[in-house]
Amino acid sequence: MHMPLEDNLGLNLLAANQHRAEHNRAHFDAWNLLCLNVMSSPGAGKTSLLERSLAALSSRWSMAVLEGDMTTQLDARRLEALGIPVVPITTGRACHLDAAMVSGGLKLLRQQLDPAELDVLWVENVGNLVCPAEFAVGEHRKVALLSVTEGDDKPLKYPVMFREADCVLITKVDLLPHLPVDVERIEDHIRQVNPRTAVFRLSASSGEGFEAWHGWLVDQLSAVRSTPTLVSA
Amino acid sequence: MHEVDMTRCLLLSMNEWKQQHAPRVPRVDRVHLQVGTFTCVEPDQLVLTWADAVRGSWLEGAELVIEPVQLIGRCLRCQATYSPDPESGYRSPCCRHPMEEIVSGRELRIRSVAYSCPSPIPVG
Ligand SMILES: Nc1nc2c(ncn2[C@@H]2O[C@H](COP(=O)(O)OP(=O)(O)OP(=O)(O)O)[C@@H](O)[C@H]2O)c(=O)[nH]1
Ligand SMILES: [Mg+2]
Ligand SMILES: [Zn+2]
Ligand SMILES: [Zn+2]
Ligand SMILES: [Zn+2]
Repeated sequence: MHMPLEDNLGLNLLAANQHRAEHNRAHFDAWNLLCLNVMSSPGAGKTSLLERSLAALSSRWSMAVLEGDMTTQLDARRLEALGIPVVPITTGRACHLDAAMVSGGLKLLRQQLDPAELDVLWVENVGNLVCPAEFAVGEHRKVALLSVTEGDDKPLKYPVMFREADCVLITKVDLLPHLPVDVERIEDHIRQVNPRTAVFRLSASSGEGFEAWHGWLVDQLSAVRSTPTLVSA
Repeated sequence: MHEVDMTRCLLLSMNEWKQQHAPRVPRVDRVHLQVGTFTCVEPDQLVLTWADAVRGSWLEGAELVIEPVQLIGRCLRCQATYSPDPESGYRSPCCRHPMEEIVSGRELRIRSVAYSCPSPIPVG
């Protein structure tokens, strides 16, 4: 018999990744740290941001980086130069990190140190403005970077990333005097898509804007630490 | 490239679904997928990737049918729903309010699978 049948599944395609992300998250909560997923198109300034923030914050917090750079270990080396533990994540040729890859990175990290001693765990995602936004890795906050050289229409063309972000950093603002872009317009486009996100303008070259951004980080860490954990890892 | 990843997610889900029918292997005619327009997935691209991925597998010949789901926002000032057009932005046309609430458009969901099952394998 070959009866035609139909199963109604109503199944979310990302459910498996979501489950793994929740597992990672339970670890982060048990370790009492803040995990940030840092995303942008290639070259928007993720590693430069990390270099400056790690240097400024390392006397105050204990931190580590999971590095998702897909082609080279260059980014990892730039950060290791600051004395911060960096674990390169093997992505194969994937264009984004997913929760399983980050889980693999966590295993390596635990061979180096006890994550419970960390305050902040940074995840530098693969440079890509499209799909990293769809794949949670267990982070507490998503940070999206947009450099002023990318033009002001990016938030409208790649809205999902900006919708999902808890914080958007408009980077390379030191270049504004040389560019025909209106940073107010960039900010308006971001807020149309996501009125709740925090937005900061900064320059990793001059250091402009980092105080406000670091203030936001302080707030997120205390928010995460004052939230009672319901799940155990 | 993300269509490749989405196809992998889809195959994972389908393989899990197949397990429910073990030891029989259902013959799948159609997989009906809902894809919101406010996601990173290009339906046409996904259909091509799918056709490539299932060739030679137990899903060979299964058609992927994609039902696009419109992005609908709700204006929190006047409660009207609207469908944003990326060209003109995401504010509500009624009150120029930013897109606070998304009613639909984020779906990436297998709605249903149409298939037939061979008779149980006779034992002994
Ligand atoms: N003028 C200026 N250049 C910057 C700034 N931040 C980064 N850059 C430059 O932009 C280029 C890319 O910066 P990275 O920090 O490597 O960018 P990334 O996002 O980590 O890049 P990928 O990991 O390859 O995606 C480098 O040449 C940096 O020197 C900035 O604030 N101002
Ligand atoms: Mg980098
Ligand atoms: Zn675990
Ligand atoms: Zn991807
Ligand atoms: Zn309205």
